[in-house]
Amino acid sequence: MRPIKTLQKLYDEESQVVITEKGSPPRALFSGENFLLEDLPVGTRVIFPRPPMEGVPNVKAAIRWAINHPEGMDPLHALLRPGMKLTCVIDDISVPLPPMVTPDVRQSILEVVLELAADSGVDDVHLLIANALHRRMTEGEMRRMVGTKIFDAYYPDRYYNHDAEDPDGIVELERTAHNEVVAVNRRVAESDLIVYVNVNFVPMNGGHKSMGTGVTNYASLRAHHNPKTIRDSDSYMEPKASALYKSNSRIGTVIDKHLKVFHIETTLNNRMFGGPTDFLAKKEEDYTEADRLKFQALRFTLGKIPRAAARKVLNAIPAPYDVTGVFAGATEPVHVKTLEMSWKQYSVPVQGQSDIVIFPIPFISPYSVNSILNPLLVQVMGLGYFFNLNRGIPLVKKGGVLILLHPAYDEFDPEHHPSYIEFFNRILPETRDSMKLEHKYEREFAENPSYVHLYRKGNAYHGVHPFYMWYWGENGRQHVGKVIVAGAENNHVPALLGWDRTDTLTEAIEEARGFMGRSATISLLRIAPTLLADVKL
Amino acid sequence: MPAKAAFYDVDGTLVKTNVVHVYAYYAMNRGSILGMAGRTLSTVASLPLFGVLDSFNRKVFNEFFYRYYEGLSEDRLLTVAEDMFEDVLKPALYEQSKDLIAEARRSGCRIVLVTGALDFAMRPLARYLGADELIANKMQFVGGNATGKVIPPIIEGANKANAIRDYCAKEGLSLAHCHGYSDSSSDYAMLAIVGRPTAVNPDMRLRSIARAYNWPILDLK
Repeated sequence: MRPIKTLQKLYDEESQVVITEKGSPPRALFSGENFLLEDLPVGTRVIFPRPPMEGVPNVKAAIRWAINHPEGMDPLHALLRPGMKLTCVIDDISVPLPPMVTPDVRQSILEVVLELAADSGVDDVHLLIANALHRRMTEGEMRRMVGTKIFDAYYPDRYYNHDAEDPDGIVELERTAHNEVVAVNRRVAESDLIVYVNVNFVPMNGGHKSMGTGVTNYASLRAHHNPKTIRDSDSYMEPKASALYKSNSRIGTVIDKHLKVFHIETTLNNRMFGGPTDFLAKKEEDYTEADRLKFQALRFTLGKIPRAAARKVLNAIPAPYDVTGVFAGATEPVHVKTLEMSWKQYSVPVQGQSDIVIFPIPFISPYSVNSILNPLLVQVMGLGYFFNLNRGIPLVKKGGVLILLHPAYDEFDPEHHPSYIEFFNRILPETRDSMKLEHKYEREFAENPSYVHLYRKGNAYHGVHPFYMWYWGENGRQHVGKVIVAGAENNHVPALLGWDRTDTLTEAIEEARGFMGRSATISLLRIAPTLLADVKL
Repeated sequence: MPAKAAFYDVDGTLVKTNVVHVYAYYAMNRGSILGMAGRTLSTVASLPLFGVLDSFNRKVFNEFFYRYYEGLSEDRLLTVAEDMFEDVLKPALYEQSKDLIAEARRSGCRIVLVTGALDFAMRPLARYLGADELIANKMQFVGGNATGKVIPPIIEGANKANAIRDYCAKEGLSLAHCHGYSDSSSDYAMLAIVGRPTAVNPDMRLRSIARAYNWPILDLK
């Protein structure tokens, strides 16, 4: 890399938006399990995450304070009485990303809540993972999430995964005014009190979504996990612009009417990298010589070892997040506070949209923890999540070009994603039209007994999940004019997804400029850690 | 959604045992001590031969194997079938077999067992699992005694596929929407003609076929 002393004056240290100058350092960008080191054209706007916010000094004290001073409900101790049925519902492994260093914040919350329950004479306590149609968490993952002490005391009889396909395990409460099915886990329905243990990673998590999607079944999820709702949502991250959020609110309101749910929501800062990889969170302008060496060593090693080994190495690095807030009580007032804190950490003000936007796609997603980021998940990261990491309007202009950095390899995990394989190889060659997919094939996959079996008895995502992943990218697909995947190692994966491919980022930018014009503006979302572009026109 | 069915092979797919065990049970229950000892010994002596024949050609194996039933009375076979179900098949059922069938039924499938075993031996199992239909080999009886011959066509390999095709045509089911389950590569034809094949505890060859064609693989316990 070039010496940068002379460049210090060219950018404001406080600013999260850096305009590339002649002589700016090349950028270290994720591309699956490896990194690219890329020079960007002069004038490219690079948007960096905010620095991590300060965490609360004592997490357990913050939890105790929150449950003793809840929003819109009595303190937790006042809700507990001997002989009652208590169920703690817990967010699954899809958040946070990567998994946090132990103790996980969920463990800290449970340690406080379970002790309080025991002191109040509450013996009938179950711990339920709100995995919805996600894969069941493995024994090892469950142990890591709550710590050995709680695991040994509760697993497997009183600490288990939700089963959305258990014929006797779901209770339908009633329907919303929009005829949405409201169904919840039987144990939850029969509990006197539910404590929801949340980890809020982006503003889309938490609130009514926690119960509304976490402990329900396919019939209920169909109400909003469909192409129409996705198309009607202008932003996933902003409640007032999201039809998805509104549907969840209607469902959640019915749940709150029937059940007593005490939410404990937590927010984390974005300290995704620590120890030897902490330089990844820095601007390249701030790299020291040691950082450059570390980066080159990491890139060299990851490039030389087999991809599966690189995946193992990267998955083995937990993130040293700090807890920035704990809020407890009734669903809505709690979530307002969570959202506020979330935006404070992630929001980066950006002036205006761009014609071309570059998203480096890292090795991880909410649906591939300890697994493979298969082509459908690359799609959901690019067109689903990253495209929607904004408030109000997308970073890319209508009809603009998205450039994704990823090898786009044709690899699937048959244990975690069996139905994805069939979806990608059998269904996608026929149509990419979400509406057609929903009407013609969704039920067939959802009810396929083999996939149901793999979901219930193995560690597989539900048969319908690849459809949701495809719908998730619907907004992005409707909005952009072209998607180019730079660095794709084959032709057929991008072709099946309806994308162009190039070998390098430079070629991708050339092609995008050919499409949008030579004066096209370019932005790069330098992610991870997480950031949300607050785009103002 | 068109009418559909789920077709299950039995030996090794839903139950851990196979036809050799079933036959051994009959042999053990021959009635007299001498007969029992004789049958058991000859069965045990034949086991290596069965193994070789099974791996060589399932059709030849079945024909060869069923000759051992010659002379057994129909009444006796039916009685022993009930005992055999309780003593051999029921304990050998994979714990998850019933769940798998329940899931297929919930999705609107008819349940059909397709097996190379003999129909009278499988009937109690079919009843227990709530199957709608049993496609199995039929033993020929003359004067109330088994002749040791099976009424053709013998249900195995490609004939299983034909039987499934005929059943779907007769019942107006959509073959493309039907599910098939088997553990053995000898059932490749049966799995290949249904729209939704699944390998269950597959042998090595079927496992590689399933991987090549991206069929789901289930490991029942």
